[in-house]
Amino acid sequence: MPHDDHSHSELSPIALRVKALESLLVEKGYVDPKAVDAIIEAYETKIGPRNGARVVAKSWVDDKFAEWLKIDATAAIASLGYSGRQGEHMVALFNTPAQHNMVVCTLCSCYPWPVLGLPPVWYKSPPYRSRAVLEPREVLKEFGVVMPADKEVRVWDSTAEIRYLVIPERPAGTVGLSEKQLADLVTRDSMIGTGLAKSP
Amino acid sequence: MKGAQDLGGMMGFGPINPEKDEPMFHAPWERRVLGFTVAMGPTGAWTGDMGRHKREQLPPSFYWSRGYYEIWFEALTQMLAERGMVSELELETGKKLAPPRAAKRVWKAEDVLPWLKRGFAYDRPTTMKPVFKIGDVIKTHRMATPGHTRLPAYAWGKRGVIEAARGCHVYPDSNGMGQGEDPRWVYTVCFMAEELWGRKGPDTVCLDLWEPYMEAA
Repeated sequence: MPHDDHSHSELSPIALRVKALESLLVEKGYVDPKAVDAIIEAYETKIGPRNGARVVAKSWVDDKFAEWLKIDATAAIASLGYSGRQGEHMVALFNTPAQHNMVVCTLCSCYPWPVLGLPPVWYKSPPYRSRAVLEPREVLKEFGVVMPADKEVRVWDSTAEIRYLVIPERPAGTVGLSEKQLADLVTRDSMIGTGLAKSP
Repeated sequence: MKGAQDLGGMMGFGPINPEKDEPMFHAPWERRVLGFTVAMGPTGAWTGDMGRHKREQLPPSFYWSRGYYEIWFEALTQMLAERGMVSELELETGKKLAPPRAAKRVWKAEDVLPWLKRGFAYDRPTTMKPVFKIGDVIKTHRMATPGHTRLPAYAWGKRGVIEAARGCHVYPDSNGMGQGEDPRWVYTVCFMAEELWGRKGPDTVCLDLWEPYMEAA
């Protein structure tokens, strides 16, 4: 297959089975290998957390856009060109001085793909999925974030097809920065809620 | 079902250990699994909810020790075998032994971006009125069903407040069992951490729950 440079004998058992299955799916006409390539390419090059960062930065500088995000996040986000698979029903969660939002999927790996891309391994793994709802403050500490005792930590468990994007608080000392400069301060983790936006 | 996937509130899995500068894929085979698992969706051989139900039936010893792409791959091979689409013997030998089953749709390369951008909406038009409104206090049922459900065990029999009504969505407890979409109202329900875990403090957990999961409290 053109996708793998390793010789047959170097492949692990799982890699061999994956290769065998893809050949069969293609031979039986269930998938077109060029479509499989196009899916991978889309997530490797077009769909990732820079999309979400643009949404956040715009919400920081454009009050009307922020209001639209609160009322209809799916439409507001689509106006920037991000929509579709695993982001059909979007809700934006605005962090405030009184409330910090954090997103998890305890039952599988639900994640807002159009704005954040594919989830990292830790997001899909048992430690985060089991602990985020039970002890979010301890989890946040492991990401280097300490929350004041009187601030509400609100955890959103993505149990349905609604996908959540956290809008982190705008960092201090960012007056006058361009939308693009602001977007560079928005990390992936700050949009999951396991981090904060960076300071300039 | 309360299978290995129902992880909320379990203890003993250790630290999160996020990987610094994590690559998108950790082996070339993972990117192929992503690609063809997504590409199998349009064939219509199963629904997304059926895929989730298959994954949650994997043995806990497997589910808790393997990476997510391996979980995807294992569930995919089982669903293909159960439908006579690709048998285990074909997978072992790498040889096609039986003709293909019909596929509803097969994406070409040029179909991919338009379809990814369009997505697959789960809301459905309805004449049913929502039973609950924002601010209502509800109590969840206990859902020890062997079938598919999206009410995690940690939220069984708990009191929460309706935060939002999200529309009438495909009902996984039916759709995941191959019994049709049976759309029902979905609400975001907020629970105090104290109600869930017996721990005082300001923290809350919100879940998106279908109407049949709850009753007025």
